[in-house]
Amino acid sequence: MSFLITIGALLTLVILFLIFRIASLVSVAKGRNPEEVSPNNGVHAVLFLLFMVLGLVGFFWYSYTHFDKYTLPVASEHGVVTDRLFWITMAVTVAAFVIIFIVMFWFVFKYQYKEGRKAAFYPDNHWLELTWTIIPAIVLAVLIFTGLRAWNNITSPASEQAEVIEVIGQQFAWSVRYPGKDNVLGNANYRFIDNFGNDLGLDLTDAKSFDDFKTLELHLPKGREVLLKIRAKDVIHSVFLPHFRVKMDAVPGMPTHFKFIATKSTREMREETGNPDFNYEMACTEICGRGHFSMRMLVVVHEPAEFDKWKSEQETWLKQNPGYLEKIPADLREVALVKSGMEKSNSGISTLVAGGMH
Amino acid sequence: MATTHISTQTDLHADSHGHEHEHHEGNFWTNYIFSQDHKVIAKQFLLTGMFWAVIGGILSVIFRLQLGFPNMNLEWLKPVLGGWITPEGKLDPEFYLALVTMHGTIMVFFVLTAGLSGTFSNFLIPLQIGARDMASGFMNMLSYWFFFLSSVVMFISLFISTGPAAGGWVIYPPLSALPQAIQGSGLGMTLWLVSMALFIVSTLLGGINYITTIINMRTRGMSFSRLPLTVWAFFFTAIIGLLSFPVLFAAALLLIFDRSFGTSFYLSDIYIGGEALPNTGGSAILFQHLFWFLGHPEVYIVLLPGLGITSEIIATNSRKPIFGYKAMVGSMLFIAILSFVVWAHHMFVTGMNPFLGTIFMLLTLIIAVPSAVKIFNYVTTLWKGNIRFTPAMLFSIGLVSLFLTGGITGIFLGNAAIDIQLHDTYFVVAHFHLVMGAASFFGMLAGVYHWFPKMFGRMMDDKLGYIHFWLTFIGVNLVFFPMHYIGIAGFPRRYYAFTNFETFSGFSDLNALVSVAAIVTMAAQFIFVFNFFYSMFRGRLAPANPWRSTTLEWTTPRFPKHGNWPGEIPAVYRWPYDYSKPGAKEDYIPQTVPFSETPESNLPHENDLIKLEGNGNAPIVVEGKH
Repeated sequence: MSFLITIGALLTLVILFLIFRIASLVSVAKGRNPEEVSPNNGVHAVLFLLFMVLGLVGFFWYSYTHFDKYTLPVASEHGVVTDRLFWITMAVTVAAFVIIFIVMFWFVFKYQYKEGRKAAFYPDNHWLELTWTIIPAIVLAVLIFTGLRAWNNITSPASEQAEVIEVIGQQFAWSVRYPGKDNVLGNANYRFIDNFGNDLGLDLTDAKSFDDFKTLELHLPKGREVLLKIRAKDVIHSVFLPHFRVKMDAVPGMPTHFKFIATKSTREMREETGNPDFNYEMACTEICGRGHFSMRMLVVVHEPAEFDKWKSEQETWLKQNPGYLEKIPADLREVALVKSGMEKSNSGISTLVAGGMH
Repeated sequence: MATTHISTQTDLHADSHGHEHEHHEGNFWTNYIFSQDHKVIAKQFLLTGMFWAVIGGILSVIFRLQLGFPNMNLEWLKPVLGGWITPEGKLDPEFYLALVTMHGTIMVFFVLTAGLSGTFSNFLIPLQIGARDMASGFMNMLSYWFFFLSSVVMFISLFISTGPAAGGWVIYPPLSALPQAIQGSGLGMTLWLVSMALFIVSTLLGGINYITTIINMRTRGMSFSRLPLTVWAFFFTAIIGLLSFPVLFAAALLLIFDRSFGTSFYLSDIYIGGEALPNTGGSAILFQHLFWFLGHPEVYIVLLPGLGITSEIIATNSRKPIFGYKAMVGSMLFIAILSFVVWAHHMFVTGMNPFLGTIFMLLTLIIAVPSAVKIFNYVTTLWKGNIRFTPAMLFSIGLVSLFLTGGITGIFLGNAAIDIQLHDTYFVVAHFHLVMGAASFFGMLAGVYHWFPKMFGRMMDDKLGYIHFWLTFIGVNLVFFPMHYIGIAGFPRRYYAFTNFETFSGFSDLNALVSVAAIVTMAAQFIFVFNFFYSMFRGRLAPANPWRSTTLEWTTPRFPKHGNWPGEIPAVYRWPYDYSKPGAKEDYIPQTVPFSETPESNLPHENDLIKLEGNGNAPIVVEGKH
């Protein structure tokens, strides 16, 4: 079979070569001077015009008919702003693009070679050049300043009341840490990371970490400001929440952050898209190795009350990994037991420590 | 006056040098391999560039098969790719990343920097400014052979068992620094760094030569304001390269230290492979700053030669002077300067201080203005022209079209607020492939079609050229335009497959279309390769000035020897764009024709220049004496 295909391909090539040979011999026989303009010159002018028309028709047709397919519904406050900027820029650039595109290919068609005609000697026109320097400059200035305002708002510091959530990237999964009831994330350091359970590198001498809890899904409250604190354990990753228009790299050694307000709960988005299985997702957008394409994390947006309830129901990390109690300085163990929600009394410590650690 | 004096001296020197070569012809090795003739070196760059273009293109076709047809059984690639095809007949995900990495590296550096700038700077600078050769033929030869060595090292890295570098062509550490993170960061990355170090040496040797030659070795009368725009473009390109490549060298050197000698320039707080690394205090972002300090100017290193070539070809084939010569030079100068202060627009979402983002957004959008001016000037050059569609002209018009389509999306990406969503999606892929990848590649092809008669003394077949152009032009648009939609939908780049996300589950139709278009476009390039080699030996002999062009290279013999002009170097009396001048007999007046011979077409201020032409005779006498 593959032998036949090879033979067929070779034969086709041979035939093509023969056609080419004959055609070039014919043109030699005709004695056409290479300096002369080809008699088929006009064909290209028509083809360019055709390209322009079909290109524009195709562009507008696809952009219109498939609009819902290539636009993601937006679910954050600043996302509405950046989307608006996106579409304003789109309107401006498409207008400029269409005009230049049409004018250029029209010129290509109109001023194709005609025997005996002489081209215009038109080396410059300062007025014209000034105009098309200044107009784009003004248009761009407007775009820049609207963009700057949006950018400054997006990157301004988060408020004190913001819900702080930590996102940690590693090859090839995300994890999330919530600050627990005290609303403050405990310290963490990559040197405390181990292979037994402390995969976030929690600092067990910091009492604020005792009530922190870890999840493998990102839960967000609707309508409340969220401050994502982002870090990475191994290589650079990038947090990408497409529906919230959020993107920020996770860099080892340099914590980053992004604040935003989600505006639609998962349930509302299911209704809006008419897709009962809809889920928000988080992806990685910085090449990070073999599994880069599979770094998915499920994102759930709750109504605020629902979120608080969910949050209060989560088990602390320490409760899930009681063995680490032993590593907590003795004077803090009592606090740890209470904050982690394991015990209300002192009696259990010794048994837990004895039985929990390897 | 001093300048004239120096150039006379060098001319004399180069002159005798040239004659030496004409008398004893030299052997195969000195003529074709270790030649110091800029024309031969240019052809060496071109052939090596074409070789790399084919490799880079094939790599892209392989990963497009994966993206367009994710369920396809690739078992048949096993004889070539061996272990990189999994037992299930799929492409290995890590090798996929190696493919995109090598595709990027090869295309940006080996094809569009060395293959484009190396070829045409070498070939055209001496021919168009009227010089016997480069300022230093030996350094020029070294430049090629460093590039050759660099190519050999990079080529070898494709075949090692752990695979070539796979961390993206931007090789961000820590991924590129840690072999634990990805196999390609082992020996593959070492070879990548060695190869790039050699490559940078090659670029610097070439660049110094181009700059020196343009400043010092212009023929009599060839003032800067009479330089063809090609030479201006090569001049700016070389300056940009000279200033930016050393920074990449520094970045690579520090990365080598981090990889091999335990330093922590880029590494900090890393826990990988079950252990915490001792490195602290480094900054991964530092590398990105250093990389993009080259990386962004690199975009213009790639693009400016294409724009210069296009300016020349569009003017010649519209039979019109390029519109706004000074504005064209000015916009290139402006772009060259601005290219150094926009780099961090690649880094809006890396976590750098948002205030920096503000500054870089401002500067980035400013650079759109000179780019827009260039497009307007091209379009106006076409206006009221008398356009001949040679294959070179087709590719030049194609370049302007692609530059427009791809350039305009830069306004989105340069806006930090909009970039948050679009960063590292297919929108970016579409943008830079159109504006710098395809556009520059079109510039390169246009240049080959246009100057082939000068390079090999024969004509390329124009019918094959037409077929090649239309397949490529439509193909390239079909490959990259649909990617805008995929990008707006949020699809991230460098994804092996889109099966894991509901958000990114659509567009299998567009992805298949893109892949088919990519394969057809790639196949069409073999028409060009055939045409190139066939015409080199069997093409019709070229007339002295096949495009009826004004520039100096067409005053050389059909097969110019080392030294370019058999007699003395012609003097230049006018700018290179006297096409369709009112009153002139022909529709072009070569640069070598003095105003005193064209009283019928001179503009008032040009008549004043006739007196000066007489004064210039003194150096001619000196030159004639040798």
